[in-house]
Amino acid sequence: MSAQPTIRLAVPESVAAGEVIEIKVMIQHAMESGYRRGALGERIPRDIIKFFRCSQEGKTIFAAEFHPGVAANPLLTFHMRAERSGTLDFVWTDQAGQRWSKQAELRVT
Amino acid sequence: MRLLNLAAVWLGSLAIVAPVYAGTMSSSHEQPISGYHFLTPQTRALQDDAFANPGYLWVAAGAEDYEKKQGTGSCMSCHGENGMVGVATRFPRFDEKAQTLLNLEGRINVCRTEHQKLPALAYESQELLALSSFVAEQSRGMRTQVSVTGGAQPWFRAGEDYFFQRRGQLNLACQQCHDQSWGKMLRGDRLSQGQPNAFPAYRLEWQTLGSLHRRLQNCETGVRAEPQALGSQAYLGLELYLVWRAQGLALESPGVRR
Repeated sequence: MSAQPTIRLAVPESVAAGEVIEIKVMIQHAMESGYRRGALGERIPRDIIKFFRCSQEGKTIFAAEFHPGVAANPLLTFHMRAERSGTLDFVWTDQAGQRWSKQAELRVT
Repeated sequence: MRLLNLAAVWLGSLAIVAPVYAGTMSSSHEQPISGYHFLTPQTRALQDDAFANPGYLWVAAGAEDYEKKQGTGSCMSCHGENGMVGVATRFPRFDEKAQTLLNLEGRINVCRTEHQKLPALAYESQELLALSSFVAEQSRGMRTQVSVTGGAQPWFRAGEDYFFQRRGQLNLACQQCHDQSWGKMLRGDRLSQGQPNAFPAYRLEWQTLGSLHRRLQNCETGVRAEPQALGSQAYLGLELYLVWRAQGLALESPGVRR
């Protein structure tokens, strides 16, 4: 599970054109701040997601920058106006450049 | 009242009787109250929201593992799609074949080693937490019905003894906080009855999902006692006692706790 973290998406299955929809995304990640110390006093190295982007066919819909204060397993809720059908891409990038992604189909009727 | 003095020393006289529960205190066995009712409204809301509840990350991972072919077959190839509904309500239980008490985690590992011919998963490993939370979630809202007779009886007695035995540098028994004093403040937190019905649970303090045994270790560290090993006989007995004591409460796993 450490290689591919669990990602949960909540995207409405089918929406009317022009409707404002709510999208919720959550990724499993420790978001280790780098400020904590272990039981033996050793510093626990920082390990955080730095960037999140949601796009539809290359066009950014929502993006967020993450900092060490963000709690583990970050949950994001945002809104978009559904204009056309297409695949929504959700991409998280961590501090080392590692990326995790998941897609969802948006159907606009 | 001896406990109050003790608590006062420990807490720097912060022990305050909660107005909500004052005068209503009774045995936590006769009238079990879920830890849910000791949480802030925000934490309750987090548990109740099936998307925002981070415990569902492990449930989702467990659902995938359940269907994945591993060893001689997937869990689902024997148990079917809905085979785990209600299963968590019957654990811990005495296993006649293994001649030991098994909790859900132990039973999953028996399945793996005996039927799937796979190595047992380490206690508290992400894989085992995923599977146990997936199975427990299938019984969400149901009530436990464990047997404490027959082979389970000595385990139950041992667990009960453990609950009443003082331990650690603070010389406190589980019962002193969670039977006698629940509802009072312990520094910033209100003492719950120590009911196990939300586990495996997502603890905000851990920032992750963990088992009941990990929670018990935290309790013991809190009274400055040496914690037992995860999955140890002492904790299995204690788990049986706690689950028996919580009968009547609905299972909440994956719960969210502070």
